[in-house]
Amino acid sequence: MNWRRALVIGIPMVWLGVFFLAPFFVLGRISLAEAIIARPPFTPLFERAPDGTLEIIASLENYRFLIEDALYRNAYLSSIRVALVSTIFALLIGYPIAYYIARAPEPKRSILLLMVILPFWTSFLLRVYAWMGFLRSNGVINNALISLGIIDAPLRMMQTDFAVYIGIVYTYLPFMILPLYANLTKLDGALLEAASDLGASPMVTFFTITLPLSLPGIVAGSMLVFIPAIGEYVIPALLGGPDTLMIGRVLWDEFFSSRDWPVASAVAIVMLFLVVAPIMWLQSIQNRREID
Amino acid sequence: MRGWFLPLAVLFGFIFLYAPIVSLVVFSFNESRLVTVWGGFSTRWYGELLRDRQILSSAWVSLQVAFWSANLAVIVGTLGAFVLTRFGKFFGRLLLTGMITAPLVMPEVITGLSLLLLFVSMELTLGWPAGRGLTTIIIAHTTFCAAFVAVIAQSRLRSMDESLEEAARDLGAGPVRVFFDVTLPVIAPALVAGWLLAFTLSLDDLVIASFVSGPGASTLPMVIFSKVRLGVSPDVNALATIIIGFVLVAVIIAGWLMRRAAKRDIG
Repeated sequence: MNWRRALVIGIPMVWLGVFFLAPFFVLGRISLAEAIIARPPFTPLFERAPDGTLEIIASLENYRFLIEDALYRNAYLSSIRVALVSTIFALLIGYPIAYYIARAPEPKRSILLLMVILPFWTSFLLRVYAWMGFLRSNGVINNALISLGIIDAPLRMMQTDFAVYIGIVYTYLPFMILPLYANLTKLDGALLEAASDLGASPMVTFFTITLPLSLPGIVAGSMLVFIPAIGEYVIPALLGGPDTLMIGRVLWDEFFSSRDWPVASAVAIVMLFLVVAPIMWLQSIQNRREID
Repeated sequence: MRGWFLPLAVLFGFIFLYAPIVSLVVFSFNESRLVTVWGGFSTRWYGELLRDRQILSSAWVSLQVAFWSANLAVIVGTLGAFVLTRFGKFFGRLLLTGMITAPLVMPEVITGLSLLLLFVSMELTLGWPAGRGLTTIIIAHTTFCAAFVAVIAQSRLRSMDESLEEAARDLGAGPVRVFFDVTLPVIAPALVAGWLLAFTLSLDDLVIASFVSGPGASTLPMVIFSKVRLGVSPDVNALATIIIGFVLVAVIIAGWLMRRAAKRDIG
């Protein structure tokens, strides 16, 4: 191996090794430490004992704390619940749009596709902020409903789980639509024609042919919504109420408010496994498909 | 899925996507401080925005961070993609594949926290980076943006005709020359797209920057977030409208350029 080749391999390898991989070891090591009031606010891994030998100080105390304290268990469970509900809604809203765009003739198709992606290029934070103005008790929706005489008193929509679902679906909808669209454009129109020639109603055709064939697109889109939704911080912080427990928010508060770095690290390590598991599953499905 | 149901569902979907953005823009021209109650047309919030020193200085910080992160991310991401598509087998290939794709799906809070802990530990043992600020944010953004650049560059490198590179080698060009004279010009459009994506992602990031920044280096999203947390405020609407305007203009220009390039290819 010559030195130039080594250099070209070395640059990305070293950068990602130092700034992506190494941080996880630091994270793991600090999750075994104990919070103290000092700079930095955690105990060192090694300590020199009185007889001069090095002692390793590490405990699973933080993990025991996570298991025993109902707050963390509930936060993990409710993150999964919120992510799951949002994914289902994103699928229900995204599927008809993806289907429609996939069937549309050019240039309508390109324009619609661009319209789906366009909001993604504006600031994520500002798109979540837009919903604050929409859902407030004197916000756009309530004002419209009251002036139309549909309701008398404003509905409470901000600071609820409902607002969090809306925020997540809104933010991640393009990630659901794009893989579905990519899948549905590949659908062979002859299959649909054959089904209708044989007397199947559009409804039957959809549920027996289109839907099963688009399953890979559904899985890919759902993963792209579900995975980032689990760790979401900004959406529950801005749209959710004080009782909207999500693990990203718990980690943030543990770090910025309680200043308990070791517990925050343990929360992150557990979350890592929660997120890595579905990704592995997705990867194995994809690999299987490629072999088929 | 025929008849009225599908168009109606699509219409509802697009209203859902665009109504909040439209209302954001409309109410930025509202005289009243109450963001969602119309009090007459006015551009006063744009004036206040331009006098807001905190917003302006954080916007400058964000632009600097995004510029350097995008530059570095293109270098790291392209090299990574090049190594994975052209170098065949080498020691650590699987590791690099994992490290370059994992940041795409890593929750931001984990990336942010783990990088901060790394920076703190490095400062304790190596004395670098001294404190946190612009440098640490740029490093953090480069790392996750490089993953996005690598995805784009990899797909372009895979689809490009490798016989061009072979021809150059056969004619006696060294590997460095082949890369700069043949490979790079071919994949350049993909790298421009990657650069733009990295720039946007960096400008947009709140969570990672909040973890790894220090006192004195607040990015624009950090300032907006601290404002917005306390409730809606009309100058944020004005800022949002300006950003949306920029994006629209950029998309129109990009669309026009692409259309011209497509026409040139045909003609």
